[in-house]
Amino acid sequence: MKDTIYRSHVLICTGTGCVSSGAKTIKESLEEELAANDLTNEIKIVETGCHGFCEKGPIMIVYPEGVFYCQVQSDDVAEIVEEHLLKGRTVERLLFKEPMTEEQIPSYQDIDFYKKQQRIALANCGQIDPEDINEYIALGGYEAAGKVLTEMDPQEVVDTIKDSGLRGRGGGGFPTGLKWQFAKNSEGDKKYIICNADEGDPGAFMDRSILEGDPHRIIEGMLVGAYAIGADEGYVYVRAEYPLAIKRLQKAIEDAEEYGLLGDDIFSSGFNFKLQIKKGAGAFVCGEETALMNSIEGKRGMPTPRPPYPAVKGLWGKPTNINNAETFANIPYIINEGAESFSAIGTEGSSGTKVFALTGKINNTGLVEVPMGTTIKEVIFEIGGGITEGKKFKAIQTGGPSGGCLTEDYLDLPIDYDSLLEAGAMMGSGGMVVMDEDSCMVDVARFFLNFTESESCGKCTPCREGTKRMLEILNRITSGEGKDGDIELLLELGDHIKNTALCGLGQTAPNPVLSTVRYFRDEYEAHIHDHNCPAGVCTDLVDAYVIDEEACIGCGKCAKVCPVDAISGEIKSPFTIDADVCIACGACEPECPVDAISQG
Amino acid sequence: MSKVKITIDEQTVEVEENSTLLEAAKKIGIDIPTLCYHPDLSLHGACRVCVVEDEKSGSLLASCATPVNEGMQINTRSMKARKARRRNVELLLANHPNDCLGCDRNGYCELQDLTYELGIQSKDVERIAGEQSEYELDTTGPALKRDPNKCILCGRCVRICEEVQGVSALQFTQRGFDSIVTTAFDLPQAEINCVNCGQCATVCPVGAITELSEIEKVWAALEDDSKHVLVQTAPSIQATLGEEFEMETGTVVTGKMVAALRRMGFDKVFSTDFGADLTILEEGSEFLKKLNGEGELPHITSCCPGWVKGAEHNFPDLLKHLSSAKSPMQMFSALSKTYYPDQTGVDPETIYTVAVMPCTAKKFEKDREEINGSDFKDTDAVLTTREFARMIKEMGINFTALPDEDFDELMGESTGAGTIFGTTGGVAEAAVRTVKEKLTGEPLERLNLGFRGINRAEVRIGDRIVKVGIANGFKNAQKLLERVRAGECDLDFIEIMACPHGCVGGGGQPRPATNEKKEKRAQGLASIDDTSKIRKSHENPQIMKLYDEFLGEPLGGESHHLLHTKYKARPKN
Repeated sequence: MKDTIYRSHVLICTGTGCVSSGAKTIKESLEEELAANDLTNEIKIVETGCHGFCEKGPIMIVYPEGVFYCQVQSDDVAEIVEEHLLKGRTVERLLFKEPMTEEQIPSYQDIDFYKKQQRIALANCGQIDPEDINEYIALGGYEAAGKVLTEMDPQEVVDTIKDSGLRGRGGGGFPTGLKWQFAKNSEGDKKYIICNADEGDPGAFMDRSILEGDPHRIIEGMLVGAYAIGADEGYVYVRAEYPLAIKRLQKAIEDAEEYGLLGDDIFSSGFNFKLQIKKGAGAFVCGEETALMNSIEGKRGMPTPRPPYPAVKGLWGKPTNINNAETFANIPYIINEGAESFSAIGTEGSSGTKVFALTGKINNTGLVEVPMGTTIKEVIFEIGGGITEGKKFKAIQTGGPSGGCLTEDYLDLPIDYDSLLEAGAMMGSGGMVVMDEDSCMVDVARFFLNFTESESCGKCTPCREGTKRMLEILNRITSGEGKDGDIELLLELGDHIKNTALCGLGQTAPNPVLSTVRYFRDEYEAHIHDHNCPAGVCTDLVDAYVIDEEACIGCGKCAKVCPVDAISGEIKSPFTIDADVCIACGACEPECPVDAISQG
Repeated sequence: MSKVKITIDEQTVEVEENSTLLEAAKKIGIDIPTLCYHPDLSLHGACRVCVVEDEKSGSLLASCATPVNEGMQINTRSMKARKARRRNVELLLANHPNDCLGCDRNGYCELQDLTYELGIQSKDVERIAGEQSEYELDTTGPALKRDPNKCILCGRCVRICEEVQGVSALQFTQRGFDSIVTTAFDLPQAEINCVNCGQCATVCPVGAITELSEIEKVWAALEDDSKHVLVQTAPSIQATLGEEFEMETGTVVTGKMVAALRRMGFDKVFSTDFGADLTILEEGSEFLKKLNGEGELPHITSCCPGWVKGAEHNFPDLLKHLSSAKSPMQMFSALSKTYYPDQTGVDPETIYTVAVMPCTAKKFEKDREEINGSDFKDTDAVLTTREFARMIKEMGINFTALPDEDFDELMGESTGAGTIFGTTGGVAEAAVRTVKEKLTGEPLERLNLGFRGINRAEVRIGDRIVKVGIANGFKNAQKLLERVRAGECDLDFIEIMACPHGCVGGGGQPRPATNEKKEKRAQGLASIDDTSKIRKSHENPQIMKLYDEFLGEPLGGESHHLLHTKYKARPKN
């Protein structure tokens, strides 16, 4: 069959974010419109993976111009076809507007959000149809695997990864080459390689996006790793809550098998590699490698003491190497472009790029990939477009629920593994939650600890019992019942859990509390001693609103908006607010036409 | 294996490279407190009570699970390590009922001991107090009681049930603070495939799993003047009871035990060893018949009630191989309400028969619906070794100062063969002793089947080689039985004990129970056999009298009625 040459490609993002905001119906509308205008043979629709800018979804990019349309709705499709595809005129109202300058930017590459990024792991995400292996191959896919299997011996591969300075992207930052070396050195008749895609941090979705947007990159990275360490079997451990990622990865595995890129005698090299998916049931702790392996073996997902490390005694007792999905996604680049090219990116101790999931009180939320060493300020104010509603930056939480909060004093901190640890936070899997002046840091700490407390597997004493007690203290403080000595007790328990917990989950669980006490101790003290939540978040500590009876005209508008029915009264006579019920949300205040409501 | 040199508390120690810090410390006499650790189980590393400080890095390491590394400098006594241990025990106590007075383990509790040793006081726990777990007790039994409120999630029960017994009746469920050790689908204990072996109860460090106590029932019977209370003691008890009174493990205390029972007010003190000799005659005759082609080989013993229930759940197809002979306890009990009144004139309706057993499964066995041979309930109460010791203490009897006394006549005489029923390999050896001599007139050399989980021996009996095998620990038994099922097993006689080491390692035996202790107990028991005047069951004069005057022949009509039973298939889960 002869391939059709199209005059234009319309890329529709069908990552999970854009699908949720309606990408599938947009695609259907577009198909209908193209058919109605007899353009089906001229214009090709390509479903891609995630572009990272999920907040602006559904996203559509029209090539060859590269025009970036955001928040596209079904109703907009006819106009795009009529104006852009038929008449060649950009639909300006759908262009992205820079939040700081209000400037409309037509081209994808010129948007600050993308301009400052450097994409290696995400290089193909949003650019290709993830379900078409040919598109991956057309962009150089499987060249690295071919090179490794036919031209390099395993030690050369390990050395290349070592020289690149690549460190584990799952959070720990352990040098990947060294990990491979250990697994390679381990004697064993059978070895395994595992991709950890059990992404559990709330708000983090880089592993999912890579699997959804470029699954072959993971397969290729694993294939290279398997050859290097001598494994002939691999697992991708991915959470069952990622159905689209699983579907696309499964298709990718089947296509790779069909092309002879998985299976026996790959590239006629004599090397065999079999890959399968293991669906996880969504336990956060299964991201910990020993718990993950227990889960694959069908046991309760619970960590076991290390050593023995997986490289020595891993899955089914055999030497095993486990890397995170993003780590594997960097491998083809390193092989193709060389270790030096990779290590030239980033900082001395942390080479390459890192994907961050940017969220919170920030204008441009989404997935960004930047070189290591980029400052927090650049990420927040340049890529992220600054704080929403022009409010003041207060803190950034990095490293997911086990990370730490950093203040504005750290805005100029170049982000890498070591600098973050030193500052009391961590890289983690790359979560970044931005907080503004309206965020209560005690409440933030409570939120994260609540997550780790409930995700604790319950095996070791300090994590199971200790996080529970810390959470109780935080609940006490945020509800106005904090006591003298609570801060000290939090620090003591936090330190204790860090020092004695069995696995990484417990050892890092107290971080949000410890770092917020370190940088925002005054907020804790205000809650405990002054019964005051300075940010006005902890409802038990905020003064209820009151209505000035003399000024009230009895219109009842306030009562209509009250979410907790704290306001009552008869029309045309003064209304009252029940202070015990009021949560001080402030919704009533702007409703009052005579300014009779104020916070008491 | 190469050696590794490290320093612990400034002492240098050289150990094998795969040793743990805990083992290295033990070697030079340094005790590190532990809780989830158990020498016979896999490493769990969960309680974090055994933490020690690595002087070079300042980090805290769980000594039970950390392998030694050349040049390590470990401090087990630093303030940092001690504080951390205390904190972890305090955290456990903050979610523990701390109702020691109402607990079966009061005075025998590892958590209580640690609390004392680490100097923890109520105020330390109150400081971090908060919500406490609340669960229903499972008292459905029939042998064991579970109180999840007391559970500290050390996982010893889970590990022994899975790793040693291969039953996996208990598992962790839920997460975090809500974690709990429970049965599949939270089914009541009585409705699951638990074999009641009680190994969980022997390793539980607290009062979360204990036997369902029958102490009150026995006190009531002893106080009731209208009752004629008989007691039988299982073979192994005489080599284990002493541990409860701080005597050397394996010390034989038969005489003191009899004396204690008399002082407690039992009307007659008998020995289950007598029943064991009887079992040998019945079962030996049954095996002889099978050897002669009447019935299927291998012949498999059935004196262990844990094993029998396990077979009913997991090997219903092999039940036809099991001996129909009742266990020694049940043979004794059936006779206690038939032969005994026949010989003494005591009204059988007034007889109350108590069995002191090393076993929790015996509590279940006595209630099996098909088990009774007399017109009454053959066994009225089963006490474990631990319950028995507690009663002796409650009575205020100074056990170690007691004189040695003899069992009562009629059903008290036993032989070395009956005694070694209490340890692994003993039943097989006793049976073969009798069979060989009956067939050939030649005595049997020692088989010494030993403590190994699965073992075998070949015995020449006349012109035939009889292959005898044993398996102890239910997981080992399952391995052997799978071979029988697959037709890959050439054994003629198989002895199975559900508990590791047999009855000396039973679920009702003194705590703490380790393999090391169990071996010493078995040696103590074997020493009784070695010094017995009569070592063959068929030479026990009281047994000969019983057959002459009451039963007739082994496998005869009366024997069949009183001394044999049947089994039924049970669901796998």
